[in-house]
Amino acid sequence: MSLPLSAGRRSHRAWPETLHAEWTKLRTLASTGWLLAGAVALTVAVSTMAVAAAAVAPGLDLAKLSLTGVQAGQAVAVILAVLTISNEYSTGMIRVTLTAMPRRPTVLAAKAALAGGLVLAAGAVAVLASVLAGRLILPGRGFTPANGYQLLSLGNGPDLRAACGSVLYLALIALLSLGIATAVRDSAVAIGTVLALLYLFPIAAAVVSNHHWQRHLEQIGPTTAGLDIQGTVGVHALPLTPWQGLGVLALWAVGALILGGLVLRFRDA
Amino acid sequence: MTTITPYRSPVQDGPDGFPQLLHAEWTKFRTVRGWVIGMIVAVLVTAGLGLFLVAASANVSCGASSSGGGSGPVRHGAAACGPPPLLQGPAGEPVTDSFYFVRRPLAGNGGSITVRVTSLTGLPPGPMQPGLMPWSRAGILIKQDLSQGSAYAAMMVTGGNGVRMQWNYTGDTSGLSGAVSAASPRWLRLTRDGDTITGYDSTDGAHWTQVGAVHLAGLPSAVQAGLFATSPQYIAISTSFGSGNVNNNQTVATAVFDHVRRSGAWPASTWTGGDIGPATEGIQGFPQGYHQAAGRFTVTGSGDIAPAIPGPGNGNEGHEPIGFFLAGAVAGLIAVIVVATMFMTAEYRRGLIRTTLAVSPVRGRVLAAKAIVIGSAAFVTGLAAAVGTVIVATEEAHASGYSLWPVPWPAELRLIAGTAALAAVAAVLTLAVATMVRRSAAAVMLVIVAIVVPYFLTFTAAVPAVIGEWLLRITPAAAFAVQQSTSRYHQVQAAYMPGLGDGFFPLAPWAGLAVLCGWAALALAGAAYLLRRRDA
Repeated sequence: MSLPLSAGRRSHRAWPETLHAEWTKLRTLASTGWLLAGAVALTVAVSTMAVAAAAVAPGLDLAKLSLTGVQAGQAVAVILAVLTISNEYSTGMIRVTLTAMPRRPTVLAAKAALAGGLVLAAGAVAVLASVLAGRLILPGRGFTPANGYQLLSLGNGPDLRAACGSVLYLALIALLSLGIATAVRDSAVAIGTVLALLYLFPIAAAVVSNHHWQRHLEQIGPTTAGLDIQGTVGVHALPLTPWQGLGVLALWAVGALILGGLVLRFRDA
Repeated sequence: MTTITPYRSPVQDGPDGFPQLLHAEWTKFRTVRGWVIGMIVAVLVTAGLGLFLVAASANVSCGASSSGGGSGPVRHGAAACGPPPLLQGPAGEPVTDSFYFVRRPLAGNGGSITVRVTSLTGLPPGPMQPGLMPWSRAGILIKQDLSQGSAYAAMMVTGGNGVRMQWNYTGDTSGLSGAVSAASPRWLRLTRDGDTITGYDSTDGAHWTQVGAVHLAGLPSAVQAGLFATSPQYIAISTSFGSGNVNNNQTVATAVFDHVRRSGAWPASTWTGGDIGPATEGIQGFPQGYHQAAGRFTVTGSGDIAPAIPGPGNGNEGHEPIGFFLAGAVAGLIAVIVVATMFMTAEYRRGLIRTTLAVSPVRGRVLAAKAIVIGSAAFVTGLAAAVGTVIVATEEAHASGYSLWPVPWPAELRLIAGTAALAAVAAVLTLAVATMVRRSAAAVMLVIVAIVVPYFLTFTAAVPAVIGEWLLRITPAAAFAVQQSTSRYHQVQAAYMPGLGDGFFPLAPWAGLAVLCGWAALALAGAAYLLRRRDA
């Protein structure tokens, strides 16, 4: 009788098994479901409030306005992604994980795929609901075709780009958070660091009175650059083109993941 | 027969008072390297951001050209390529001083001028402006000389604030109330006696009431006196989700004077009219100027004689007060919040809380000791961060030729002490929240959402100004009011906005801090209750 698992077979199937193990860990935590539901609810609630309180003003960007909630929902995505790894450090589970799956970059990749994927799914629901809320509420606030405002529609190129881009934005924020949490390990430090990164650039840009620097800060900040993807009005005046902006955020996310991967690889757990 | 002596530990009983508990908690704090590093990071981040913000705000090309000379700040360079230099009043405070002045020299240390005002009107009301502004002013004025920012005292009628006596930009007392019209004219009088100017008003020119007597130090014997009119900008602020706009529109005021009487030595034989301050183009159809016929003077002017208010919304971009550059304190505060959270949650994570509570079974005292230790550590951190920021920001401003908005020293002291207190109370609030929720992630998130996010939303104008003002009234973020550098003046209409870079808060500095203290007290009460009622 042969043992069901041989070392050779296992190393062959490392990726699916790692993914499956991580999925089981994430799926069986009660907090995962609550956080995902919370992210959707917060995003939709804030977006709905923003469109319900909007007043007709020249040059108002309806797509951006309807997606305001993404800025609140991202905070929940940060918690979800940070807890994916820092929970393991706080309970000591990480040592079991790394014993079972010694290929550390694979573990991080599996976590990234799952955290990113879950946020992508939740983000898609949240963004669709937000766009729907904008579409239904805005005409009642005077944003009608008669007043020169186009109805929000996913059939419209820039609106579709803003919506899809917002979903990607949320997933990239989750990846950035995961990378930083892997590097610093503690959940409090990780959340503090990520939120400082997210909020500091816009505050600094609001304070600096030199327009040259203001623009630079908005180009390099993960949130300010990433949210350029939501712009549909006056796109030429944005510090970066929408996709360039999302690219800057992607660079941040990749950089954080590489940093986290290196720390995970070369430091004792 | 053997006597059995029960075992006694050879270790002496230690004292178990509150000071020992404090000492134990202090030892826990100082021996965790990460926490001490966290506090140092808070100081460095705050000061580093302050330095960066000043350096980035200074005009880059000017900074390069003036540093070559190496002889201190070069006013020339700053004026040539930076924002216009600040206009300063007799006490050194920034002021606005522009109006239309119909004047004559008044010689000697005595003399007086009396007029009757029969009308004060503004532009025809339109969609973008009201007709007459509440602080449109016209009346009589005695001024040291014709330069902007020189000492003055004036009696005036206003668009919506009755008769006022104002002097040296910040001084203001009220006289007769009600609007001026042909049916109810206002008589105004100014008399000079040495350095003292006394203002009177009257409804009939016979019965006079003294409004005020002010002392203008160092007034020369020859001064300028006459009639003036001016009207401040109309500032329309419209903000909603996704958009923010400040529109500044010029307005004008036109006043009609008669019964102009003078006493004393007036050497010139005629009146001279002219703009004080840069000649503004005025508004089409309503040029600044005056018209004299049969003892009646009609004077039209635009501008303001008042303290200046900082911020781009008020046309004063490029001269921010020092409190602005403490914006990096938000980042430092996040570090303090993280450390304060871990100071409590680490006890739960490591099970140390059971030892702590076994040693000191009165649980409220443990919480008090922890709050005192983390509060003091955060206070010192905040103090170091604020002092460091003020020093490096001021130095950098000197070096790069950036002219900071002058802030009186009591306000600067309050900024520093207030920032330290803000850090201390925020740390105590965090500790209490962490005691209640026990989990690091939840505690950090809750406190950051309560303190940092409202500040972020209002300062970046992400929410309409009305909502932002309420957020800065009721959330713990109200405490950032301690960082407001300059005062509001009731006699100046300006964009006193929390966002858009103006840096004004809806609450007074210490009232804002009190709101945070209230939240911290509530959280501490909740933490003490839960700590006693729940198993550790």
